[in-house]
Amino acid sequence: MQLTVWTYEGPPHVGAMRVATAMQGLRYVLHAPQGDTYADLLFTMIERRQKRPPVTYTTFQARDLGGDTAELMKTAVKEAFERFRPQAMIVGASCTGELIQDDPGGLARALALPVPVIPLELPSYSKKENWGAAETFYQLVRALAGPQAPAPGSVTPRDPSRPAGERPSCNLLGPTALGFRHRDDVAEVTRLLERCGVAVKVVAPLGATPADIARLGEADFNVPLYPEVAASAAQWLKRAFGQPATTTVPLGYGATRRFVEEVAALCGFDPALLLAGEPSRLPWYSRSIDSTYLTGKRVFVFGDATHALAVARVAQEEMAFTLVGLGSYSREGAREVRQAAQEAGLEALITDDYLAVEAAIAEAQPELVLGTQMERHVAKRLGIPCAVISAPVHVQDYPARYSPLMGFEGANVLFDTLVHPLTMGLEEHLLGMFRDDFEFNDTAGPSHLGAGHTPPAERSAPEQPGSLPWSTDAEAELRKIPFFVRGKARRNTERYAAEQGVATITVETLYDAKAHFGR
Amino acid sequence: MSGAPLRAAPTPAAGCAERPVLRERGQREVFCGLTGIIWLHRKIQDAFFLIVGSRTCAHLMQSAAGVMIFAEPRFGTAVIEERDLAGLADANEELDRVVEQLLARRPDIRLLFLVGSCPSEVIKLDLSKAAQRLATRHSPDVRVLNYSGSGIETTFTEGEDACLAALVPSLPAEPAAADPSLLVVGALADVVEDQFRRLFDNLGIADVRFLPARRAGEMPAVGPNTRLLLAQPFLGRTLAALEARGARRLAAPFPLGAEGTTSWLKAAAEDFGVEPGHFSAMTRHARERARLAVARHRERLEGKRLFLFPDSQLEIPLARFLARELGMIPLEVGTPYLHRAILDEELAALPDGALVSEGQDVERQLDRCRAARPDITVCGLGLANPLEVEGLATKWSIELVFTPIQGYEQAGDLAELFARPLVRRTRLEV
Repeated sequence: MQLTVWTYEGPPHVGAMRVATAMQGLRYVLHAPQGDTYADLLFTMIERRQKRPPVTYTTFQARDLGGDTAELMKTAVKEAFERFRPQAMIVGASCTGELIQDDPGGLARALALPVPVIPLELPSYSKKENWGAAETFYQLVRALAGPQAPAPGSVTPRDPSRPAGERPSCNLLGPTALGFRHRDDVAEVTRLLERCGVAVKVVAPLGATPADIARLGEADFNVPLYPEVAASAAQWLKRAFGQPATTTVPLGYGATRRFVEEVAALCGFDPALLLAGEPSRLPWYSRSIDSTYLTGKRVFVFGDATHALAVARVAQEEMAFTLVGLGSYSREGAREVRQAAQEAGLEALITDDYLAVEAAIAEAQPELVLGTQMERHVAKRLGIPCAVISAPVHVQDYPARYSPLMGFEGANVLFDTLVHPLTMGLEEHLLGMFRDDFEFNDTAGPSHLGAGHTPPAERSAPEQPGSLPWSTDAEAELRKIPFFVRGKARRNTERYAAEQGVATITVETLYDAKAHFGR
Repeated sequence: MSGAPLRAAPTPAAGCAERPVLRERGQREVFCGLTGIIWLHRKIQDAFFLIVGSRTCAHLMQSAAGVMIFAEPRFGTAVIEERDLAGLADANEELDRVVEQLLARRPDIRLLFLVGSCPSEVIKLDLSKAAQRLATRHSPDVRVLNYSGSGIETTFTEGEDACLAALVPSLPAEPAAADPSLLVVGALADVVEDQFRRLFDNLGIADVRFLPARRAGEMPAVGPNTRLLLAQPFLGRTLAALEARGARRLAAPFPLGAEGTTSWLKAAAEDFGVEPGHFSAMTRHARERARLAVARHRERLEGKRLFLFPDSQLEIPLARFLARELGMIPLEVGTPYLHRAILDEELAALPDGALVSEGQDVERQLDRCRAARPDITVCGLGLANPLEVEGLATKWSIELVFTPIQGYEQAGDLAELFARPLVRRTRLEV
């Protein structure tokens, strides 16, 4: 058993719902007790979807358990088919449904419905939401596109040459319902590929019908936008149809360039022309001297593996921030995150315990947190600016405006997202110079974010006094140091004092230590 | 106001006993009983609710409130994992470990509820035994109780019923010779509780207690001289448990609206021998204020047709209030479960044309709702936006549970909750 307060991911059947809800013409029958329908409101409220998720719940009760829950499942499948006439169905169980072992797949098959019925095995007690989404998408792709695949052994690598006038084509794989900016990422990447002369044949699962999934094999290559969801399906398509897949996720300016180069190599065109000019404002905005104050800002990054990795890279290479923490709740992507952390001289934090993330943030004392809604709340408590860059999502993560994270426009959005929570250059200087001003000080928060934006509950939380005594003057001097580095200054000073055998820390000791450890 | 007077005393069987009830079963678009923790953990300030369940339970808890609540809550989930199921780990030892971890983290906790879920019920994890074991270990600092909020046994507000019923056996015993006291049962917003306390005080009923109390150590004593008023209509099991301890229920409609509040207070006043003249004098001002506040919304709501999907069991008293004090026309009044004995007075006061339905087959109910085209539909968050897209004005039912709506001072607010969706539609020009 694991004590959990908040979770980064739901159970795997919620992942399956994200796939089903993204699609058209598909019905998901879920063997589940009353109450599991709560998941509907994630889609209708957080994402403001205009239709109910296409999910039928069997709604078994305690009194059914001794009787025939299997019959309930069969009735639910049959009635759902008759009412909704889907092109295909998926059937499975939620955590409690799994325990009663009714074999939803076998029961549904026994009905011999005239549409494909795909059973899902999603182990609720060991797997989580993203895994569930990936597995569901993979099973759908295998079951629906499988019949179109050439015989094993006759699969050949794709020939990049094609008849004159025919454009190369690809599929975009991985966007789901309740995804973090998936709607706008799809639009932006489609636009980018159009400019490359590449047609997008199928986007799946978002907006796809089972018939669309069946023709995935027709495209020249696949673009897995969100490896968490799309990687296993893309691998299978490669084996079954010989379709190559891009490996770069176009998140950030540099990654988008590399993505275009990768697409160019797959399609056999020269990317130089496309990449010339000013496809994004990010490089100039970052080089503009106005941004100098961003140099070396200490950032802590946490999210799903794809977003955490990409944002860590953008933060370091495209904003010149300093990474002081990197982590992810996706164990599936842990290897890459560990490697990226190591390259930045850090140890990655791979955990789904938000209390551990909170402790790591308090310890690292960043000036900016880039995380999920959980980290937004942690940062708010610690009085640190924060931007949300990854799921789990909140209603605010579905902005009315166009706001992709991918592609060149996505790079622009990322620049704004990473800069806006911060105190701006000159303001920051003035705060540093006149720390005692009763109206303008570092507890008041950035002026452009409005009054009371950052009510820090426990600013002094990370400042645990050590064993060495401080003189009153030194304590007062310490308080003139910005709060986000104050704890570190205290620790460094105490370490220095201990090493030097200083009995009482004075203002002199403080500045000696500052010179000694000099940033 | 319309129809026969809303009676505090039980009415003769005429009318309500014959009212046909449509019973359905099928897909239910309702929460399970765990959801009650969302308000209970704020009501009892030194209690912690530990759900023994799955990742789904934990996910429900952070999603159900519609937005994430991010102060560290006084609830959590002990998530059952593969190794607990495979017998690789002894589930009871694991639970003990999690409770140790929790109590070490929260030394301020005085009352711990182990809350059963669908998976814990299906694998037959005996939480009452676990609660006894843990109570012995952590006594006297922490009391440990258990109840089930599982979806296979409880619907939404039935979770509060199960929780309060679990509290009853541990309530202090009131001596048989004690003076009569009044026990108000059901979690109310603190502000409402304070208002009721003042009202009872003015009436001369001084010994008034509330269940649940705000702190574990302040739970009310109960005995044969306890007279109880239900503040919520979903407390059947709690009522039975209190009656088993000798308490006597004062039958009354529920304190929604000016009329409902008056009848509810009157039931206590009559039992405690308060002079009618004194009752009238002491409530007149608040009654008038409530009537005026409600009347402001009457023009907007009168004659409007109303359809309530089942959610909290508040539906029948709500429909009664909306029909009698605002002139609305209830078409269908759905309830997840119908406690006839508790709702006798309410059912009698409901207009004859209203169809009462119990249970749910959500697809069929949606068919009926679409066919009826009501002016306002009260439903859960999973249905509201899709119905709005179909052109139906909706009111989220969950807001009726998370907002102070009982009593005189909230009667106008309650009416406004129903007027707001209609006002919004007339103001928007997009």
